Amino acid sequence: MEGIPGSGLAKGLAVTAKTMAHRAHTRQYPDVEPDLPPRSRGVIALFEENCTVCMLCARECPDWCIYIDSHKEEVVVPGAARPRQRNVLDRFAIDFSLCMYCGICIEACPFDALYWSPEFEYAEYDIRDLLHEKDRLREWMWTVPPPPAHDPMGEPAKEETTAARKAAR
Amino acid sequence: MIEVIIRVLGVVVAFLTLPLLVGQTEHKVMAHMQGRLGPMYAGAFHGWAQLIADGVKFVQKEDISPADADRPVFRIAPVIALLPYLVALLFIPLGPGDWLVGQPIDIGLFVVLAVVGVGVVAVLMAAWSSANKYSLLGGLRAAAQLLGYELPFVLAAASVAMAAGTLSLPGIVAAWRPWWLLWQLPAMVVFFVAGLAEIRRPPFDMPIADSELVFGYMTEYTGLRFAFFLLAEYAGIVVISALTVVLFLGGWKGPFDGQVGWLWTLVKTFAVSFVVIWVRVAYPRLREDQLQRLCWLVLVPVSLGQLVLTAAVRVLA
Repeated sequence: MEGIPGSGLAKGLAVTAKTMAHRAHTRQYPDVEPDLPPRSRGVIALFEENCTVCMLCARECPDWCIYIDSHKEEVVVPGAARPRQRNVLDRFAIDFSLCMYCGICIEACPFDALYWSPEFEYAEYDIRDLLHEKDRLREWMWTVPPPPAHDPMGEPAKEETTAARKAAR
Repeated sequence: MIEVIIRVLGVVVAFLTLPLLVGQTEHKVMAHMQGRLGPMYAGAFHGWAQLIADGVKFVQKEDISPADADRPVFRIAPVIALLPYLVALLFIPLGPGDWLVGQPIDIGLFVVLAVVGVGVVAVLMAAWSSANKYSLLGGLRAAAQLLGYELPFVLAAASVAMAAGTLSLPGIVAAWRPWWLLWQLPAMVVFFVAGLAEIRRPPFDMPIADSELVFGYMTEYTGLRFAFFLLAEYAGIVVISALTVVLFLGGWKGPFDGQVGWLWTLVKTFAVSFVVIWVRVAYPRLREDQLQRLCWLVLVPVSLGQLVLTAAVRVLA
């Protein structure tokens, strides 16, 4: 086949004809919603009720795009010797113009207050509007999908195996 | 008088619709050949009105002539690029008889070839008057290319004219027999390839070569004048395809050609236009030296050989 003169030309025509016969893979995005893979990183949602203002996320953030303000409140617990102190969150903001979507804050959060949401349509005309305050971050929480099911063939989590071993003992 | 008006009107309508049809086909065919969808929005159904939208856009754009440009020449060049194809369309027959051709004349082939050759003048005018080195480079490449390819183009056409024994385009179709497909095959290939080069279609778009010459002789054009050059390209596809069909593919001949001969001409023209688009998508651009080599070392000898073959068959048969 290689030796015949003009076979390369014929091959070129054949390739384009074959491509034309197949359906295009184009997704008509604004008209048709894309089906995103599980664990897509669209936006970071804040589950405010879980936040204890431990500041771990803000410290771990590589580009320092998380802003946290808080104050302490005294909670009088009946029967306790002295009032307890509690952190109250005043401000929690993520600047998505700085965020690089590494997800370290979500990994770092010990109280499961931060989640990935697959929503990505929050472009703005003004870069300052990309600073999402805590009520907006709380709103994203409604778009967080349930965690995907475990891989049926995967090995069980470490917690599960230790729990099972303890129960057997 | 009324007859003249009707004929001219018919040709103008064909001139305004057929290139747009070909252009739209190119949009869609090229897109699908590249695994895309092409225009999808204009006109709501698969972007059928894309070229109309393009036209509206071009009309709205500012008409700029560069400060150093030779203004009258610069402004008239797009019109001169477009006009030859309009004139050529006047003489291409859709079907037998006097009513399916813009203007029946005995030397149709000669006139059409002469008129299509005017294109090089428009390109040179546009190139030189733009006062832009890229334009000038593109224009000179175009001149070298068009002058070179004119030769095999005319020789191939001469072969079929010799075979038919007439220069009249309807006469050539009338004399055409299916076995000419084989006999005139080299001439057909030469004519088609040289025709592609004549209208500067890829893979022969060295004068435009947007990756090295910006946009060749069209660099300085905007708005409607640029649109004229684009329209001239698509009108060129129609004219070259129609000429290939009339000269080599038997024009209106086909099953039921008594009733729907004109339809056969149109169908064949669109089939050849499709091949023009297909070739554009499939092949990379020829380098300048490869371009000239193909012309002088392949096409000219082949067309001369075809001429000898045609003459021999005519004399012996």
